[in-house]
Amino acid sequence: MFARLRQRLGPVGYRLSVAGAIIAVYLLLCVLLKGGFASGLTFALNSVLYMLPFITFGAIVVIAVREGYLKSQIGTPLLALTFALIVGVITILWAEKNPFKAYGALLAGSLGSLQGISETLVTATPLILTGLAIAFAFRCGMFNIGAEGQFIMGQMGAAWAGFTFKGLPMILHLPLTLLCGTMGGALWASVPGFLKAKRGVHEVINSIMMNYIALYLTHNLVTGVLMAPGQIPVTPAIADSAKLFRFLTFINPTFRVNLGLVVALLAAWLVYLLLWKTTTGYEIRAVGINPHASRYAGINVSKSIMLAMVISGALAGTSGAVHVMGIQHKFVDVFSFIGYGFDGMAVALLGNNHPAGVVIGALLFGALSAGSSRMQLVAGVPKHIVTIIQAFIVFFVAAELIIKKLIARRETKSEFTEAEKEVAG
Amino acid sequence: MSNDKKTLSPILIIAVLVIAVAAILYFVFLRGDNANTTSGETLKFAMVTDVGGLGDQSFNDSAYEGLKKAEAELGAEIQVIESKAMDQYETNLRSLADQGFDMIWGVGFLMTDAVKNVAEQYPDIHFGLIDAAFTDADGNPLVLPNTMNVLFKEHEGSFLVGVIAALTTKTNVVGFVGGMQFPLIEKFEAGFIAGVRAINPDIKVLSAYTGKFDDPAKGKELALAQFGQNADVIFHASGACGIGVIEAAKEKGLWAIGVDSDQNHLAPENVLTSMMKSVDVGVFTGCKAIYDDAFVPGITTLGLAEAGVGYAPTTSNNVNAEILAKVDELAAKISAGEIVVPEIPAEASAFVLE
Repeated sequence: MFARLRQRLGPVGYRLSVAGAIIAVYLLLCVLLKGGFASGLTFALNSVLYMLPFITFGAIVVIAVREGYLKSQIGTPLLALTFALIVGVITILWAEKNPFKAYGALLAGSLGSLQGISETLVTATPLILTGLAIAFAFRCGMFNIGAEGQFIMGQMGAAWAGFTFKGLPMILHLPLTLLCGTMGGALWASVPGFLKAKRGVHEVINSIMMNYIALYLTHNLVTGVLMAPGQIPVTPAIADSAKLFRFLTFINPTFRVNLGLVVALLAAWLVYLLLWKTTTGYEIRAVGINPHASRYAGINVSKSIMLAMVISGALAGTSGAVHVMGIQHKFVDVFSFIGYGFDGMAVALLGNNHPAGVVIGALLFGALSAGSSRMQLVAGVPKHIVTIIQAFIVFFVAAELIIKKLIARRETKSEFTEAEKEVAG
Repeated sequence: MSNDKKTLSPILIIAVLVIAVAAILYFVFLRGDNANTTSGETLKFAMVTDVGGLGDQSFNDSAYEGLKKAEAELGAEIQVIESKAMDQYETNLRSLADQGFDMIWGVGFLMTDAVKNVAEQYPDIHFGLIDAAFTDADGNPLVLPNTMNVLFKEHEGSFLVGVIAALTTKTNVVGFVGGMQFPLIEKFEAGFIAGVRAINPDIKVLSAYTGKFDDPAKGKELALAQFGQNADVIFHASGACGIGVIEAAKEKGLWAIGVDSDQNHLAPENVLTSMMKSVDVGVFTGCKAIYDDAFVPGITTLGLAEAGVGYAPTTSNNVNAEILAKVDELAAKISAGEIVVPEIPAEASAFVLE
């Protein structure tokens, strides 16, 4: 239908009419939002003014990718971020706040000071690990939606080991605590992994259900046998020998960034090595691309699935362990899901399921999260705006096709297919 | 290819210019704002919400009411930060402390550790904590000289709504729906059971817990089950699950009892009364103490006598004066210390009014 329309209107006319349609829809939306024609019109004009820098930035990215200065794997998430920020402008304006001030505060709060950078890294640390967990399972063709539950079990495992084995020297206690957390996650993921590998039960359903079991099991433990004395549902604090070293406290004692970050980066490197430099990793990726062909080629598919799921769970469990050992120092009852596991999905998607991409995605999400407090303080913008921006980043990354259409030059068809090949391979 | 690049460069230059202008504009905006925040001799109060955030129709909103009252009556500047995740409590409290607020509130017991850590680091700033006391590493009570811990006698307020329930029920079966089961929520259950038993020990009290605070469907399910077992009045202490409990009462044409704030507006014909937990009173009392230069560190417990808990003002819409007179009589006795309301459900099931 569109092709015929383009033929009739000619390339210029077609583009003009598409632009016209977008503007018309936007105006209509504004009028509906503001509930009046005049106020809707001023709102639309105002918002376009505020959007201008983002639109230009987006245009630069598109041009850079088209001209070959920028890889499309980098350009796509960048554009998704830009689009999300544009939607954020509309939302912030609708809340009658100043978008520039809000974004400025977001930036200042996350990267504008050492404290901000520290907090960005603190939030990014568990996200790197859960992002890796999701990405790893995805490379084997599975959606590990249970990362949230595995994270909770990792927290519980580490907290338990942390306060139970008091008196051990740090050199034993620290790795033992981390291991208990990792095992907690791995154990939790092994159930849906086993069911998928041996019985073909869909891992999405199972791992979601395992999330709830983790939530209520830990709730039961932390309000029962593992509860610290007092009225509050928390476990006792872990021993000092199980705490991850906060390495920037010599600058300022409040900097919470800790060795968990090193653990996370190390894990990213190991995941890369495992997936791309070993036979096992090759098999896992082959199963992810086509399990039937893999079986035909002599790969043990159920072993690969089981292994991928357990490693994925171990990564998510490590994430929980690191969070307890570095930040919380105890298990605090999670009344409802904290969201590191779920955000991990967004991070993995953003990072194209590649360890390096996951690290970058986690840093971005960490920065957004860390900056949100300052945004409230300075610009009076509610925290939910950040959630909206995060959601739209995911939305636009998922809606890759829209962005690819924008990036791809219609005249040079070969480039488009090359980019497609790259993504697929 | 090279031709294309030439035609594109003006676009790039314009883009860079636009961004530069935007950056300048933004710095102008931000600078102007920073100048504003450092001025003035008025008192500055702030609070950090837990992950529930504003709009929870429960204690975060109630605490904010207290803060707004301080703004109106004490002429203070106020500020709220909503926490996006649990690990942000500490950071949020600290960024407020860095801004030089006079008193900073942490709302909810989940913030206990965060308030403790930050209060220790900023001895010159006053802090307030709702719903929790401090303990040291061995579990002994701890008082920080710059922090006020506000606790509520939820069991006393729940006792009163228990009395109202007992005097209203026709089937002699009443229900309790709690959120997650831990000592704080059990205080509501204990008070309610004791209140019912104070009127008639033969009335059966059904108890159930949803296991969460944010699931109206689960609340409705449990409430319908209790109505199915002949209950005709249900008291909930389950956060947003209670919306479902009230909905179930509306559907069945029976009674629900609200919690924390006056929930009568949710279903005027079916919300019998609400157990008010006035977090706002706690917050305002603390702010007022700073204003009057009469800050008292440590635990402040607000019960019936201090108007920290009670039944909702709209109760008289659905409850007759005779019953209210009886309730007020018992309330006076509790305030005077003549009746001691149990805090543990096991003790409450053996409660007898002398």
